[in-house]
Amino acid sequence: MSDLPKPDEFLDTIDHKPPPKGWMDTPTQIKPGMYCYASNPKSVEYVGLPNARQWNPLDDDWGLPENWRQILHEGFKERLDRFRSIKVFMDICVRCGACADKCHFFIGTGDPKNMPVLRAELLRSVYRNDFTTVGKIFGRLNGSRKMTLDVLKEWWYYLFQCTECRRCSVFCPYGIDTAEITIMGRELLNLLGLNIDWIATPVANCYRTGNHLGIQPHAYKDMLDFFVDDIEEVTGVRVEPSFNKKGADVLFITPSGDVFADPGTYTAMGYLILFHYLKDMGLDITWSTYASEGGNFGFFTSHEMMKRLNSKMYAEAKRLGVKWILGGECGHMWRVIHQYMDTMNGPADFMETPVSPITGTRFENAASTKMVHIAEFLADLIKHGKLNLDPSRNDHLKVTYHDSCNPARGMGLLDEPRYVIQNVCNHFYEMPPNTIREQTFCCGSGSGLNAGEDMELRMAGGLPRANAVKYVHEKHGVNMLSCVCAIDRAVLPALMEYWVPEVDVTGLCELVANALIIPGEKKKTTDLRGEDLPGMEDEDV
Amino acid sequence: MSKQTQVYDKEIVFAGLAVFLIIVTFPFWYNLVLGKAASAPVPELTKEAKAAKTCVLPAAEMKSEHMRILDVWRHSVVRQVKRVYTTPDGRDFEMSLTNSCLECHYNKTEFCDKCHTYASVDPYCWDCHIDNPKEIK
Amino acid sequence: MNENYMFSLMAVILLFLLAVLGVDGFGLYSFFGIFVPYLSFAVFVGFFLYRVIGWARSPVPFRIPTTCGQGKSLPWIKHAPIDNPSTTGGVVVRMLLEIVLFRSLFRNVKLQFRERGAKIFYDWELWLWIAALAFHWAFFAVVVRHLRFFTEPTPGFVKFFEYMDSFFRVEILTDVVQIGLPAMFISGFVLLVAVVYLLLRRMFIPKVKYISLSSDYFPLFLIIAIAVSGILMRYVSKVDIVSVKAFTLSLVKLSPALPEGVGTIFYVHLFLVCVLLVYFPFSKLMHMGGVFMSPTRNLANNTRMKRHVNPWNYPVDVHTYEEYEEEFRDKMIEAGLPVEKGE
Repeated sequence: MSDLPKPDEFLDTIDHKPPPKGWMDTPTQIKPGMYCYASNPKSVEYVGLPNARQWNPLDDDWGLPENWRQILHEGFKERLDRFRSIKVFMDICVRCGACADKCHFFIGTGDPKNMPVLRAELLRSVYRNDFTTVGKIFGRLNGSRKMTLDVLKEWWYYLFQCTECRRCSVFCPYGIDTAEITIMGRELLNLLGLNIDWIATPVANCYRTGNHLGIQPHAYKDMLDFFVDDIEEVTGVRVEPSFNKKGADVLFITPSGDVFADPGTYTAMGYLILFHYLKDMGLDITWSTYASEGGNFGFFTSHEMMKRLNSKMYAEAKRLGVKWILGGECGHMWRVIHQYMDTMNGPADFMETPVSPITGTRFENAASTKMVHIAEFLADLIKHGKLNLDPSRNDHLKVTYHDSCNPARGMGLLDEPRYVIQNVCNHFYEMPPNTIREQTFCCGSGSGLNAGEDMELRMAGGLPRANAVKYVHEKHGVNMLSCVCAIDRAVLPALMEYWVPEVDVTGLCELVANALIIPGEKKKTTDLRGEDLPGMEDEDV
Repeated sequence: MSKQTQVYDKEIVFAGLAVFLIIVTFPFWYNLVLGKAASAPVPELTKEAKAAKTCVLPAAEMKSEHMRILDVWRHSVVRQVKRVYTTPDGRDFEMSLTNSCLECHYNKTEFCDKCHTYASVDPYCWDCHIDNPKEIK
Repeated sequence: MNENYMFSLMAVILLFLLAVLGVDGFGLYSFFGIFVPYLSFAVFVGFFLYRVIGWARSPVPFRIPTTCGQGKSLPWIKHAPIDNPSTTGGVVVRMLLEIVLFRSLFRNVKLQFRERGAKIFYDWELWLWIAALAFHWAFFAVVVRHLRFFTEPTPGFVKFFEYMDSFFRVEILTDVVQIGLPAMFISGFVLLVAVVYLLLRRMFIPKVKYISLSSDYFPLFLIIAIAVSGILMRYVSKVDIVSVKAFTLSLVKLSPALPEGVGTIFYVHLFLVCVLLVYFPFSKLMHMGGVFMSPTRNLANNTRMKRHVNPWNYPVDVHTYEEYEEEFRDKMIEAGLPVEKGE
């Protein structure tokens, strides 16, 4: 963070006017602060991906295999044959420019190659040259160019400046989805071993230990046990989570980030409290150390890697013999579950259509995949009056809600979390309409870009989100940004600290747990963070 | 991928393409099924018209410009009280659909309508000129 | 980036000269009047089908609709059946609105940095939507109107279009300009104005200029040339439309007979239209077919309700629980975690 200019100076450097020279003639410079470090060869090797070696993006020599052009060409062809999306998206863009200023990275950097249309053109130009007759004949006039090392470096640089948030796709008259293009582009780069380490190493970790952070089973249990102690300290209630329990009704899977770092840890405590509360009402739920990761950085590597990591969810559900799976708060995890999991690793016919043991509600919307989002589960509980809530315990918070990209634009989970928040908080304020729901702005660090070394990129990409938070902060005094995504919880604090330092970040379940009146609890004087509850400290005095 | 010849979502894709084909080939099958075997119409000249040999302008010019001339005539008469039209070769005509044009071309069905119908033109002359066609009398 | 539009402009001028020279200079009437139209129509239809079938040869392995509203979940949560359709019916409505009204483009906003970026605004920006809608609908109306040249008798719906199109009676009668009859068809002018706007925005809005290729300018110049030649033919340098219709009818009746005494401008107009037809399937204009094929719009968001099958789904290497337990068994036992192969 220390390398960053002051926010005011940062803003002054953003210029959205493109340079006079055409983009094909503007060579790409890989700038420190704007990229993530190259993948660690050990991680690449562990999961058996090609061309594991030490390399540095700033070097001229990227250690590519001799026939790298051929590998790319064949890989491209294979993907065109497998995915209609990419084939259609390569062909039909009319370059109307509607997407141009919708990308948070373009808004925050002003770099024209961060306009979604140009990001796609980086690939399209090569596609035209390699796969279309007209492109071969007319060359540059038709926007075609040959694949060169410079083009490859440009691909790498800009495909890792896209968080696959799909905001551009909302505005495109043909629904062209840059996420889809970035996903394919990164798959191609991975054929040459050109991943970033913040993706490659979590992938290898997840493959081995079941979670991105590489937490081994005993340590995972230890971490949750710490939370159990913390919870007891605040509430006086001792919760007892079960692990790898065969015959449980429900398997719970959430991103490992939340057991590891604040403020996600408070969300994890929220889960523990909620499950404890519901235990007597009939919820038999277990955590798993094997499937201890909801998120899926394989999704940022390739479709195949996504499938390999995701397979653990159904495998574990089958092994434990659960009836259905409950999923915690996470962004891209839910896109994978909602749009890919059943197709990749299903059918999940060994489970049952999820039924809430407390309310009896059948989650018909998850009838096939058999996995329910915790916000859906909570909303149903609250609607049926099953939670004893005291929203005034959150009165010290003025809350706004950040729709995570993937649940918003790859699922449509918009009103469930809002319903929950409005039942556990008395002060809720929406950010401006062009920045929420399906038009929500990315945190700027999604899709594996939440490293430390690309902080400048993250602050740029997060600018539109931060600016909207700033708006409600100034207008309504908002001091808490809630979200349903573990990456958000990991990255938004840094973003807020830089752009809107007065605002903190929380998960949904932390808010719920703070408002929840647990049978047998002691008189609470603080919230889960150990911060004094308003009014309560007075009574104590 | 081995199955390169396969078309996915066949039903809907081919149904869509069939609709496309039906639409773009509309003129071909429409004329075959519903079309009249009419050849290009030739307006019939009355004996008065034949006798006059030329209209106010040469026939070719009249073909493409008569609507403009009539419009200008109406404008001259109604707005400028100018009633006489002098042709480029020095002949004078009263600017009047009824009294000049229809003098010769009183056979509206055989003269006017033939081409108008063919070219799908629906002139508004007859909205007002109800004294026509003279052929009725 | 001047070279991009200069090249396209030159190309259209060249094509224009080609037609003039071919017809006036060399008298290649049957080439420009018969051969080229048949060829271009065949190319258009043939390659249009080829391109769409080409797309359809790739499967849609995953259902990836972009959801633009509340998904269907709990029965009491109000769901957005069009923006986030869960049924085929919803998808049909969504696609219809997309194709007929350009719904996504309607959302367009324009980025504005105020106070040096401290305040960021996203203002509703409708000009692109208006121009795009005007352009496409006017083009459609013009095409339908032209059916009068290709059908005998002229069908009622074509007459209806003509009637609507000439609804506004425009009359300019001076010594120089005399417009009033034939009646003015508004669609031709709307088309021209819209396409000129689309061109100017490409030439002068810096961001759009930056992303524009020659292949973006070419169809715009071409359509401008087509519209201008058509408008000239109707209002200024008039042609004998009875002869024209006899000719166009002869084309669609497959017994082509060249017209007599129809001016060069007609051949120019016809040739440029033929060029557009040939250019169409090889260019971005294929968005006409592609918009129907876009998996982010044409699929229902019912992926957790119904299983969708990926035709090429293949088995992958996974790290099984057994392998996992094998590696960590001792630690798991020590931590009190249940194991499959105990002690």
